[in-house]
Amino acid sequence: MRRLGLYVGAALVTLVVAMALVSLFWTPYDPTLVVAGQRLQGPSAAHWLGTDAMGIDNFSRILVGAQTTIVVGVVSVGIAAVIGVPLGMLAGQARGWVDEVVMRITDIAYAFPALLLAILLAARFGASPVTAMTAIGLATIPSFARITRAGTLQVMRTDFVLAARASGIRWPGISLRHVLPNIAPLIGVQASVTFALAILAEAALSFLGLSTAAIVPTWGKMLRDAQTVMFNAPLQAVWPGLAIAAAVLGFNLLGDGLRDLLDPRLREVS
Amino acid sequence: MSAPTLPPDAAASTPLYRVRGLTRTFGRAGRVKALDGVDLDVSAGQRLGIVGESGSGKSTLIRLMAALDRPTTGSISFEGQEITRLPEPRLGFLRASVQLVFQDPRSSLDPRMTVGSIVTEPLRSRHLRGALGPVQAGVRLREVLDAVDLPPDAAGRYPHEFSGGQRQRIAIARALAPGPRVLIADEPVSALDVSVRAQVLNLLAGLVAANDLTLIFVSHDLAVVRHLCDTVVVLRAGRIDEQGPAEQVFGEPRSEYTRALVSAIPRIRV
Repeated sequence: MRRLGLYVGAALVTLVVAMALVSLFWTPYDPTLVVAGQRLQGPSAAHWLGTDAMGIDNFSRILVGAQTTIVVGVVSVGIAAVIGVPLGMLAGQARGWVDEVVMRITDIAYAFPALLLAILLAARFGASPVTAMTAIGLATIPSFARITRAGTLQVMRTDFVLAARASGIRWPGISLRHVLPNIAPLIGVQASVTFALAILAEAALSFLGLSTAAIVPTWGKMLRDAQTVMFNAPLQAVWPGLAIAAAVLGFNLLGDGLRDLLDPRLREVS
Repeated sequence: MSAPTLPPDAAASTPLYRVRGLTRTFGRAGRVKALDGVDLDVSAGQRLGIVGESGSGKSTLIRLMAALDRPTTGSISFEGQEITRLPEPRLGFLRASVQLVFQDPRSSLDPRMTVGSIVTEPLRSRHLRGALGPVQAGVRLREVLDAVDLPPDAAGRYPHEFSGGQRQRIAIARALAPGPRVLIADEPVSALDVSVRAQVLNLLAGLVAANDLTLIFVSHDLAVVRHLCDTVVVLRAGRIDEQGPAEQVFGEPRSEYTRALVSAIPRIRV
């Protein structure tokens, strides 16, 4: 029972990934096909989740929306990890003024509102998924840098690092062979939680019209479309809302479950 | 007789280690004096015991001697060459000659590396690289595992699959791998079960004799030091309280403090 959260999280994440994969090859209807005669239909055998204000099949849009969700999550987390992890390892190993400089910059970046960053980027470079991913990625660098630094400090205090140094192993070797493998679980947990954050942020940016401008359906944009017909067809907001909630919950549960699963080993290292 | 005398053979030949006026302070404004003006000679082939209570500066002293830390003032020369001000890249002669065994193998062995990679890690050092190719490293791995009575198939397993005594044997094998001339052991058995301490100590003593090693053995257990070492240094609050041949220090201690320590050695009446 202790791992229930982990299993539910893994199941939800698998579901979202499966939806994205399936939609690459097959959707019940064309997710961009406007059919004038069938606006705002309720759920039926033909359209499981009904149709939207333009008569497009909701289920197809939800499936295709999963693609954007996954891509945004992967790219945002990728940007954050690729920049944040080396920064954190540098700060944790160099100590002294390098550590101070990196961490103070991180503090400042942490205090900068992510949404404001997204609006600034969108204003300068135009609203697009790339802008949204970049904004989310940049905004989550500090949390990666911090958690990596904390883990690095812990590993650097161990006797196995001391033994390596006593043999003349330099920092690249220590980083690759000792620090990185030992903080990998920590980074995995952070990636999972950040993934959830990225999904939510992308939905919010889509909703505000700061992400995809094209016809490509995203869950955030579906939510935005639903807003205009909310009092006539409340179900329109429920489907993308559920999808976002399930994906966010899934990645959060997965992250928490992994943390619980891996914690005992981390304690053994310290 | 004048105050602390050096063993006769140490005075005759050039000492391997020559420590003069070694002081190391910690904290703001150097409030904590871990070491306070230590003078010490270690000659080749000597088996030196460093004893003292917790906080007497034992670990600080060996870290300085292994160039893992820098002194506040004072000098350490190894084979006539000053090491305290040398940058890491020029410490190769020391790194290749001095190896350490730490107190707790749970912390001194990286839990994410196989025994084989742990033991051969010192061979990856830039100071030894080139001297041994992968094939020779494999041969060396089998040699040292055999020397510490571990089966060859231990190489593919992880540290957590071994008992405490076996893990310390792995740590000893790692220290032997690069063929050092000096072995520094920091309380190598105090984290082990009482039942395996004697085995590990005997193994250590045998290896020191067989490989003609200089041993620097740190312990708070005087009975063990008496068994293993020919020369003893008693540290108290960062200063040398007494030093001399083991027989003399244990037989007729000069200082009040050493007398109290020696009389506290538990004896078994037979």
